[in-house]
Amino acid sequence: MILPWIIIILVIGGTLAWIAGRFGPHWPRWISLATLGIHFGFLLYLWIQNYSIFTLTTRSPWFALFDIPWISQIGISFSLGMDGLSLLLILLINLLGIMAVACSWNAIKDRVGFFHFNLMWILASITGVFLALDLFLFYFFWELMLVPLYFLIGIWGYENRIYATIKFFIFTQVSGLFMLLGILGLYFVHGANTGVYTFSYFQLLGTKLPQPLGFLLMLGMFLAFAVKLPVVPFHTWLPDAHTEAPTAGSVDLAGLVLKVGAYGMIRFLIPLFPKDSLSFAPIAMALGIIGILYGAIVAFGQTDLKRLIAYTSISHMGFVILGIFAWNTIALQGAIIIMIAHGISTSGLFIMVGDLMSRLHTRDFRRMGGLWSTLPRMGGAAMVFTLASLGLPGLGNFVGEFLVLLGVYRVSIPAAALATLGFIVATIYSLWIIQGAFHGRNTEGWKLQDMSSREAAIMTTLIAVILWLGIYPQTVLNTSLPAVEAMQKYAIETQQTIVSPQISPAQPLPIEGSITINTGGKP
Amino acid sequence: MLGLLWLIPVIPLIGFILLAIIGPRLSRTAVAIIGVGSVGISAILAILVAISFISSPPAGNAFTQTLWTWINVTNFNPGISFYLDSLSMIMVLVVTFVGFVIHLYSAEHMLHQEGYSRFFAYMNLFVGSMLILVLANNLLLLYLGWEGVGLCSYLLIGFWYTNPANGRAARKAFIVTRVGDAAMAIGLFLLFNNLATLNIQDVMQRAAQTWQIGSPLAVTAAALLLGGAVGKSAQLPLQTWLPDAMAGPSPVSALIHAATMVTAGVYLIARTHVLFSLAPSVQLAVAIVGAATLLLAGFSALTQWDIKRVLAYSTISQIGYMFLALGVGAWSAAIFHFMTHAFFKALLFLAAGVVIDAMNDEHNMFKMGGLRTQLPLTFWTFLIGSSALSALPLITSGFYSKDLILFDAYASPSGSTWLWLAGLVGAFLTSIYTFRMVFLTFFGKPKTKAVYQPGSRINLALIVLAAFALLIGFLETPSFLGNINVLGNFLSASLPATSILPQRAGSEGILELVSAVISLVGIYLAYLLFLRVPKTTEAMVQSPVGAVLHRYWFSGWGFDWLYDTVLVRPFVWMANSNKNDFIDLLYKGIIRLNEALHRVLSNTENGLVRWYATGIAIGAVIIIAIVVFL
Amino acid sequence: MATIPVEYGLFLAIILFSLGLVGVLIRRNVVFILLSVEIMLNAAGLGFVIAGSHWGQADGQIMFIFILTMASAEVSVGLALAIQLYHRLKTLDTNSISKMRG
Repeated sequence: MILPWIIIILVIGGTLAWIAGRFGPHWPRWISLATLGIHFGFLLYLWIQNYSIFTLTTRSPWFALFDIPWISQIGISFSLGMDGLSLLLILLINLLGIMAVACSWNAIKDRVGFFHFNLMWILASITGVFLALDLFLFYFFWELMLVPLYFLIGIWGYENRIYATIKFFIFTQVSGLFMLLGILGLYFVHGANTGVYTFSYFQLLGTKLPQPLGFLLMLGMFLAFAVKLPVVPFHTWLPDAHTEAPTAGSVDLAGLVLKVGAYGMIRFLIPLFPKDSLSFAPIAMALGIIGILYGAIVAFGQTDLKRLIAYTSISHMGFVILGIFAWNTIALQGAIIIMIAHGISTSGLFIMVGDLMSRLHTRDFRRMGGLWSTLPRMGGAAMVFTLASLGLPGLGNFVGEFLVLLGVYRVSIPAAALATLGFIVATIYSLWIIQGAFHGRNTEGWKLQDMSSREAAIMTTLIAVILWLGIYPQTVLNTSLPAVEAMQKYAIETQQTIVSPQISPAQPLPIEGSITINTGGKP
Repeated sequence: MLGLLWLIPVIPLIGFILLAIIGPRLSRTAVAIIGVGSVGISAILAILVAISFISSPPAGNAFTQTLWTWINVTNFNPGISFYLDSLSMIMVLVVTFVGFVIHLYSAEHMLHQEGYSRFFAYMNLFVGSMLILVLANNLLLLYLGWEGVGLCSYLLIGFWYTNPANGRAARKAFIVTRVGDAAMAIGLFLLFNNLATLNIQDVMQRAAQTWQIGSPLAVTAAALLLGGAVGKSAQLPLQTWLPDAMAGPSPVSALIHAATMVTAGVYLIARTHVLFSLAPSVQLAVAIVGAATLLLAGFSALTQWDIKRVLAYSTISQIGYMFLALGVGAWSAAIFHFMTHAFFKALLFLAAGVVIDAMNDEHNMFKMGGLRTQLPLTFWTFLIGSSALSALPLITSGFYSKDLILFDAYASPSGSTWLWLAGLVGAFLTSIYTFRMVFLTFFGKPKTKAVYQPGSRINLALIVLAAFALLIGFLETPSFLGNINVLGNFLSASLPATSILPQRAGSEGILELVSAVISLVGIYLAYLLFLRVPKTTEAMVQSPVGAVLHRYWFSGWGFDWLYDTVLVRPFVWMANSNKNDFIDLLYKGIIRLNEALHRVLSNTENGLVRWYATGIAIGAVIIIAIVVFL
Repeated sequence: MATIPVEYGLFLAIILFSLGLVGVLIRRNVVFILLSVEIMLNAAGLGFVIAGSHWGQADGQIMFIFILTMASAEVSVGLALAIQLYHRLKTLDTNSISKMRG
């Protein structure tokens, strides 16, 4: 009974915050903070308590499952499950949720109750996405997430917010429909094959799909995840949404919403359609590489700081999709680390931009410069996050990117080599952020207040996490390992003979079956 | 005592953390105590560890200390672990000792600068990262140190951040070296995926077992590592960042861009020497890169007017010598030259820093002159450094290390007369540009008055470094001059000895004589050209050929221009012209299409009843027609 | 009794219907439009009657009675609308009631 409560706490907290909004603006803030704090503590307890089982690889990766019938006539059940991967991601969104509440403490003055209601409901629905083990329920939470986010950006956003929200909504909604098609197709094929009509994840695993239907269904689902991730030709909603969103909205987008796409690929896309998705892998990986380089180049050209950071997100997510479709343990573990580290570092940057905006009232890069002399502490914090995003060893992103490339190299050498160019372009835009905002001449003569203790606390927390991920990522890696191996096993059990997702003929190692549960290289 | 090894890099890092967090609130004295003290403790620890390492060598002449496993995924499990053998011992000693002296110097030199604590924080971070780099047990940890020093180099070049030119130089340094780092990263992927480890000793052992000499994988791996080394050590074709890096404060140039960081590439190649031995073609490439770089940089140094830029080009050129040594398999000669170079080049930069301060931030040597009497101590130490740099025979360390390289370049099996000749021409150039600097700055008529006299800490630093610049050469002397082999013997535990072709072994004495003469002739030529008859020199530069050459050499052979045209501008153009993201045009197009359709269809909703009736009528007719005729 | 061929009758109905339709389409005065609608209805009724007599069945006449009833209802509603129109806009021109254009 733990799992439903993880969602319900947030739902109740959000509703309470809305109601409490009548009594004064501080009530919703404290209620949300308290709810998230309790929630976080609870999750942390869950993690520590279960941490020991991660070393026992013989046990099932699922350390909590929950299943009650919901609409049993058509095989829908309210089925939740938590393994290391979902636990980590829920912890991440929770932490970022706290940061989102903290960073909008003074920034949001209008309809505070409703704001926190939306914030908490976003967290609740994303938690639902990470827990759902019934495809219908997954789709339900997936779509539910959009509504509060729509309000969050549409009400508290900046000048051009209506355009941005509608764009964002249409992109995700349309792609979500493709996913629905994929889910329904799988449902009916499975029903026709076995006579059991069900949306249950475990039962749908290993469905034999006729061609080319299987490939099309996979493509439909991929599209939904690709838009959320976002993968390059479907990314244009993200910069607009980020630019117009309030800081908390940007944190949610970068830290939470983008992760949902990657999670969907790891949990659903590849295990459900192993053969099709791996024959699609070369294209997906190519899209990932294009994303890494394209996002970085476009980022460098931006003059709006938030837009710039949004494009860097696209670049980083290219590494994630690359790692996922390389589909070996090292690359997958790397992708998970990137997901978490990117959530932290990019949120840190967005919060920093929010803090800057509350002082400068502009996001325009060209009007900043030389802020280091007046904001040294904020400059230091910004430096850490930009260095994380350029992949400096010792900070979290590096571990992820290195592991991804290490794993990708095994699958395709050219892909790894091209993606490594991402290190260089990331350096270019990251240093550009520092140069544009903090170094150089203070042409407009800004004299500003350095970070308040609330802002400093946010930054310190995020920096501590990113450092911890960079120097001792083992806690995270251990937690996600059983889940990653289970996913690979699901995919293998489904398809014994899988075509190797090679891009290049040059292969340094004979790879047994290509989606190995990774015995590693020789010798 | 060896157990204290981990403290050597950790203490400067603690210094960094302290200074970063509470530094701005501390007094300058406290900052200096933390900043200099942490490196000092490190140096003392390094000496203690060295004593224990030499007096009671650990098993296998190497000591490994693991703190924790950094990353552990299946068989990929690099640790935070340190590896101490004679090679890293020497590196640690040089880094901590030179680092300490330079910190001491900076405590006074930077005293009146804004950002005193920031400076020491970055410097401490640098020393910590550099120590991690040289002590790393595996290539991933080495890469951490490698990037860490690159970061500090960026931060310190751009230390005076309000000047956009400094920012540009800093970014250039970081990005250019990152190009090399990317190659190195690919090299790491290759090594791990083929040898299943990144532990340096295991890599070398397994590579030697599994790969044939000259096998494609070995060649690729070595070439990729060379890419990283070339970037960090400012060798062709990635040398362009180092002259611009002189935008940083002088102690930074001394520590990072002369003594330690830029020689990381040399260390990397020496550390992974087995891979290079397995790839003879790449090793030859190392030698050629070194020879070409030392010549190009030597010519460029001749034409600079900025005293620090001369030193920068000379650093590039001297590292070229080290690469030349590595390329011909003279591993210990490269490390020897690294040691002597660290001392005398740091000395030169520090002395140049004093000169620049005394000249009120003037970098142009042509506006200096006659400082010999005004800054006597600086003059003498600078002279010692210059003599060492131009390998003045017998008394300077540079003579012993450089001539060892020249001899090995000639006499080792992979050496050749051409490589030796390149080195010799380089040595000639070195004496000319070095003493051009000495004569322009310290001799002649005084043009400006020195406004500043160095204090005790700076003088102490200069004297200590000068002493080492003279004496350190006696660790290794040629066979006919005492035949001391302290360094070579010490290093033999970790680096193979240089093999010498027997038929060429006897020529050592003659070669030494030739290069000694060359060095002296160079100095005399510099005296002639820049002190006796500067008018003639001026005329040479003004002549048509001279002007073209001068322009090319002055701009570093036009590499900057080339990269700017081929890479930088297209990239910036691409980024700026695609600012609005052309992919969005597709979606904007969909929006436009919908809007157009909307307009067309909304025209039919014109509110005219009779229009609707017409529509109904026509529709009815069409339906009836369909029913009747189909 | 000589019978009129059924085609003649139907042809008449078609002509009447077309006249009515044209009237509806080209007249702008709402009263004339109502008149034209009546003509169309009666044309349709004529068609029913002719068909009924052709088949010898009463259905056609029954339909015509329905149409008559319906037409009277339609006229009353239509005239009410016309009065409202005049009341509000002081005109009987149908083009003036185009407020619902898209």
